[in-house]
Amino acid sequence: MFEILEKRSLNPTVTLMKIAAPKVAKKAEPGQFIILRTDENGERIPLTIADFDRSAGTVTIIFQIVGATTEKLNHLNEGECLHDFVGPLGRATETEGLKKVAVVGGGVGCAIAYPVAKKLHDLGVEVHSIVGFRNQDLVILEDEFKAASSKFVLMSDDGSAGEKGLVTDALKKLIESGEKYDRVITIGPLIMMKFVCQLTKQYEIPTVASMNPIMIDGTGMCGGCRLTVGGETKFACVDGPEFDGHLIDFDEAMARGAMYKPFERKAHEETCNLFKEVK
Amino acid sequence: MPNMRATRNEMPVQDPNVRNKNFKEVALGYTEEQAIDEAQRCLNCKNKPCVTGCPVQIDIPAFIAEVAKGDFAEAYKIITKSSSLPAVCGRVCPQENQCEGKCVRGIKGEAVAIGRLERFVADWHNAQPEAAVEKPASNGHKAAIIGSGPSGLACAGDLIKKGYDVTVFEALHVAGGVLSYGIPEFRLPKDIVQKEIEGLKALGVKVETNTVVGRTVAIDELMKEEGFETVFIGSGAGLPRFMKIPGENLSGVYSANEFLTRINLMKAYKEDSTTPVQHGKKAVIVGGGNVAMDAARCAKRLGADVTIVYRRTETELPARAEEVEHAKEEGIVFKFLTNPVEIKATDNGWVKSVVCQEMELSEPDASGRAKPVPKEGAFVEIEADCVIMSIGTSPNPLIKATTEGLDTQKWGGIIADDNGLTSKEGVYAGGDAVTGAATVILAMGAGKKAAAAMDEYMQNK
Repeated sequence: MFEILEKRSLNPTVTLMKIAAPKVAKKAEPGQFIILRTDENGERIPLTIADFDRSAGTVTIIFQIVGATTEKLNHLNEGECLHDFVGPLGRATETEGLKKVAVVGGGVGCAIAYPVAKKLHDLGVEVHSIVGFRNQDLVILEDEFKAASSKFVLMSDDGSAGEKGLVTDALKKLIESGEKYDRVITIGPLIMMKFVCQLTKQYEIPTVASMNPIMIDGTGMCGGCRLTVGGETKFACVDGPEFDGHLIDFDEAMARGAMYKPFERKAHEETCNLFKEVK
Repeated sequence: MPNMRATRNEMPVQDPNVRNKNFKEVALGYTEEQAIDEAQRCLNCKNKPCVTGCPVQIDIPAFIAEVAKGDFAEAYKIITKSSSLPAVCGRVCPQENQCEGKCVRGIKGEAVAIGRLERFVADWHNAQPEAAVEKPASNGHKAAIIGSGPSGLACAGDLIKKGYDVTVFEALHVAGGVLSYGIPEFRLPKDIVQKEIEGLKALGVKVETNTVVGRTVAIDELMKEEGFETVFIGSGAGLPRFMKIPGENLSGVYSANEFLTRINLMKAYKEDSTTPVQHGKKAVIVGGGNVAMDAARCAKRLGADVTIVYRRTETELPARAEEVEHAKEEGIVFKFLTNPVEIKATDNGWVKSVVCQEMELSEPDASGRAKPVPKEGAFVEIEADCVIMSIGTSPNPLIKATTEGLDTQKWGGIIADDNGLTSKEGVYAGGDAVTGAATVILAMGAGKKAAAAMDEYMQNK
């Protein structure tokens, strides 16, 4: 059992939790993920590691409430336990040889982009962070990003936070103004990453996208997380989760990601109703 | 005098048209009377040919003699001297190619139903009130087992009985490996698997779930920092293979591993499951092994019309005879000499159909089976909304990638000698991780052999 040591709401739909998981904390690196189950009959869900503290033995996760399991997770409180918590899984972000990087995050993906930005910053890499949200209410980790970046650009769809527009607009502006990045790292909704990669391809900037597909075991056994990268089938759990963004078939990934949408929607509604009844 | 009836006692089963709609066990097991009657068919041969066919060398005539006398407790004792998982093996071993294949009674009639008797004895034992277990005295040596599937459990069972301090590391949240995530409930009920594992725990085996060796902890750390003198790698062949044909990543295409894991491990067949699985209307399963049969019969139970496509003929099907027979009885259609070449999509990225090349057999290939070759220009398109690829698995590369000095074959299998010793001192391996996908009982045999070698190594260290 894995105790929830801290729980904090970052915005109405995004929550941070610090979990006691010493074995995972000992090995965790930015870019890797964990799989958790809330209870004995729970679903296995993958979440990318947002932060970790080796000496305290804790791992931080940040999740958006989108389905039945994240709804259940959000109803757990400090002092309560997760039934299962396994990791770290996947490969860590490659940071070797980098000098100047643009980190482009969107929505809850920023929770995963942040530890990457922080690690690069700690390694002495010049980091420009571009983060996008739908509106002011959904902005997360603004101060943390600022502390880890020499340049920070906040974008929102409606202009209520930072500048109005898309992260691709901001990235394009920076590139056009003469900023030379040796890598762009993008983490967020598939559609956003697709357009970030299309943009950087025009400028021939190597780009890495962090994928978060449907997954069960996370160790290479089920193949549910497979995607096409450069014409080859890859498993996000063992070959990724980060891949060369210019080679990923994003349209296929989006179709696969929508496979269980009707089921998820129904399960989420049922879970919400259940919690309402309890109240 | 033995009972010289040529035919064996039929196994009572659920009616095919009832069972193809539920996930309860298909075979119901012998009654005491049936078991005793069947046991009396054994000739108690002096040279015991059946034992030579058993990968773990159970003293088969001896346990059957006890069943014939009605002393089931004694029969259980004899079986468990050699096997840690009798309730499992009695259900899933390919007996027709092993013990029963060597049975003298099979020459002029049907072999003694050894597997059914083994299952009967194990189930009888499990139904008795639990007796206090005597934990073996500890000898102070520590052994680590990676993977809680059949090879790991067999290895753990033998080592714990010899007094070792045994810890089994499992990546998933439930122990059992393929017994838990792969083989369906209707063929191997999960409470039976858990009961066998509880039995090992009662003897002192520690099971650490949620631990991915190679990620959470490395083999070198187990040996250098945590004091394990030997390690057994029983990590299986978990990586699913695909055909590399167009359309394989469409929505609605599964590896058999994913489909079965959703259903067996995550219980997606239950109404209230939190893990979804597609309830296809028309499912096509590609492959002819036991796993293909399991996937087909699961899809059927979820309400699909099911077709198995296999590129050779019925004679070459690698699945257990009983599984093929059960699948047919349940209404599953077989299309032989048929090989998928493309999966076609609907407008929104779902499977629509499978285009298959018709095949014919030519000369035997390296495996000794007739080689299927394409029939020029002969194609057939099968409508489907769900396709399950069941064409085999490869060993997981995670352990190889994170263990220095561990040699593997080109295709990924860990290189080990007859006793399971790998290229790394103190590290042993067995089961599918070494051989590639095989059977539960062969994996158990490898686990037992390695346990003996590990015992010798630790005693002489």
